[in-house]
Amino acid sequence: MIKKEMIAMLLAGGQGSRLGVLTQKVAKPAVSFGGKYRIIDFPLSNCINSGVDTVGVLTQYQPLRLNAHIGIGIPWDLDRNVGGVTILPPYERSKGSDWYTGTANAIFQNLEYMESYNPDYVLILSGDHIYKMDYEVMLEYHKANNADVTIAAMPVPIEEASRFGIVITDDNNRITEFEEKPANPRSNLASMGIYIFSWPALKEALLSLADVPGCDFGKHVIPYCFDKGERIFAYEYNGYWKDVGTLGSYWEANMELIDIIPEFNLYEEYWKIYTKSDIIPPQYVAPDAIIERSIIGEGTEIHGSVYNSVIGAGVTIEPGAVVRDSIVMRDSVVKAGANVNKAILAEDTEVGEGAELGVGEYAPSKYDPKVYQFDLVTVGEHSVIPDHVKVGKNTAISGKTEKEDYPDGQLASGDYIIKAGGVR
Amino acid sequence: MRAIGIVLAGGNSKRMRELSNKRAISAMPVAGSYRSIDFALSNMSNSHIQSVAVFTQYNSRSLNEHLSSSKWWDFGRKQGGLFVFTPTITAENSDWYRGTADALYQNLSFLKNSHEPYVVIASGDCVYKLDYGKVLEYHIEKKADITVVCKDMPEDMDVTRYGLVKTNDDGRITEFEEKPMVATSNTVSCGIYVIRRRQLIELIERCAAEDRVDFVRDILVRYKNLKRIYAYRLNSYWSNIASVDSYYQTNMDFLKPDVRRYFFREYPDIYSKVDDLPPAKYNPGASVKNSLISSGCIINGTVENSVLFKKAYVGNNCVIRNSIILNDVYIGDNTVIENCIVESRDTIRANTTYIGTPDDIKIVVEKNERYTL
Repeated sequence: MIKKEMIAMLLAGGQGSRLGVLTQKVAKPAVSFGGKYRIIDFPLSNCINSGVDTVGVLTQYQPLRLNAHIGIGIPWDLDRNVGGVTILPPYERSKGSDWYTGTANAIFQNLEYMESYNPDYVLILSGDHIYKMDYEVMLEYHKANNADVTIAAMPVPIEEASRFGIVITDDNNRITEFEEKPANPRSNLASMGIYIFSWPALKEALLSLADVPGCDFGKHVIPYCFDKGERIFAYEYNGYWKDVGTLGSYWEANMELIDIIPEFNLYEEYWKIYTKSDIIPPQYVAPDAIIERSIIGEGTEIHGSVYNSVIGAGVTIEPGAVVRDSIVMRDSVVKAGANVNKAILAEDTEVGEGAELGVGEYAPSKYDPKVYQFDLVTVGEHSVIPDHVKVGKNTAISGKTEKEDYPDGQLASGDYIIKAGGVR
Repeated sequence: MRAIGIVLAGGNSKRMRELSNKRAISAMPVAGSYRSIDFALSNMSNSHIQSVAVFTQYNSRSLNEHLSSSKWWDFGRKQGGLFVFTPTITAENSDWYRGTADALYQNLSFLKNSHEPYVVIASGDCVYKLDYGKVLEYHIEKKADITVVCKDMPEDMDVTRYGLVKTNDDGRITEFEEKPMVATSNTVSCGIYVIRRRQLIELIERCAAEDRVDFVRDILVRYKNLKRIYAYRLNSYWSNIASVDSYYQTNMDFLKPDVRRYFFREYPDIYSKVDDLPPAKYNPGASVKNSLISSGCIINGTVENSVLFKKAYVGNNCVIRNSIILNDVYIGDNTVIENCIVESRDTIRANTTYIGTPDDIKIVVEKNERYTL
């Protein structure tokens, strides 16, 4: 008989539209992070480090990169005879077919997958957070409380609490009330979108809510369980946890890794983060290179100067190029004499000789001011920026751009170039 | 592929000095992220050889740890796989491997039970890329009994630690000398052989019957005028790391752009065991020039013309020059290291100095208590 005490369901189907051109070709969980990782490596590594060896990864939006990255789960030791990692895309059935319309709907459509493992508990995770957490400890807490649902929650500054889903608990940490983005928060415990359900409670809720359009954990399942009077507890988490859902928070989380002793420390022996490493060689630092306060991935060649940056694997920074306060993802090339300031360069981009990124005065984005802010230059994957052009702040570039795309050799702050043939 | 592979990784050499105290030469870390045997194994894998046996004997712990899984080199298939053969005591035999031919003889069943017609034999202590399929083609074209991969070394190089060959115009080997006192040729044997499997079994069995144990001395040298032994000339980079000087030089070669491009960026790749270490980190005060830095390193000081292997920690105000720092070394603040090879898992105290000279590379073995963050 197949039996797993707890299995994990990892929601990785979201677009992450607030990451702009970074997620036009890849799902958010597959976006590079911290020089060599992808965002999904963190929950996957947490799973295996917590002894959870059965993980269903629900994909929907642009899954190619994600599928290739996860494969059969070898990097996370999730290649198992029984269990291991399984990619769960939406599928067609005899009576019509549905996309995943919401987080809980996606889980509902995979009831059979979960049932095949005969679980006592199901851990619901999302693929867009950077953190290290021992789910086993959370499970023990769940059991000790004889809970039906346990929600991981972390204290946030009270003045920011109105941006989160807030839980209010009694003395035993049992949740007595929920407030979604309250104007006047009465607690500072924010839900992290990590849930442990006792399997009967989850199954019953999903079946009862089967017909709810866009069925969502936060909006439907948890309130349903709450109204039924089930035992819902908050599991307080006090470690590092970062939602990298916006360009600003994504950039910030990367930059936090270069602190002398980062709050989120990848260099600890304990609780390793695993990833698919297909670039193995060491990096080379040339005689004229300058590197200050940066982290740099495997196989990269640095001939120019790099300050306060996160550089991925297989990158080339040519002589005389200067990269500052930026994120450069794998296989990108910054050509000789280019000057890159506060930019996010997605995978396999090319910055032409003498090009200047992130210069000029502030201007809000004309493309989407909610996405492109924080003064960042954001460049989608496989993009090309021609030689000797100037690119302003809050800009977005995607596709193989040419000199003609830059009137007066310049892309003003707030402007954008989205070309066919690039991403989209 | 019509061949099985054998990697001879049992050896030790006095020329490695302290470096071989704790590991076989084949397990020596090379070029920051690799171990010596990765080159032979990757070549096997890239030549589509599916069934590979590694013969180990001397100090094989470190090597076995590296070979913990065959998946790094894409072996471990249902057809074929990676086999590690260490000497075992049997009803008929209680000896260690007394030589390379003896090692083959003690594992003759591996040769007998295979079905591929050819065998590629390589050693685990050389750094090179080679498509063994090309050597096999040459072998067949020349109707050779044995093909030996050879390399012409520079005229001024001391080659007396190698096997030296002379060939006729057709490439057939007419002279073969093993580690002569005086070199009479600058063509060295790279220790890579292609031979028909049945031919090898026959030669090895005859060798054993005569109580001979060495593949080079007792087969290549003795049979050179009887069997058709051909030299396949290798024109690309090849280096044997089995002496401290050549080990140092081979690592330093990777600071040259053409060597780096050839091994790191050109097809095919060299594979290795992945250690899941974070990216290298450069803190304020780091100054790195003309050096290779591997994953997991944290640098706070100066590093010049050096190769840092995985997980080296360089403290504040340190100066590391012309040196090789092996895996997992901790170097305390204000320490100076020049022209040294620092053994892996060393802990170097703060405020210490280790200076070698270019002609006499110092090997540093320091096992101090480590207090880490």
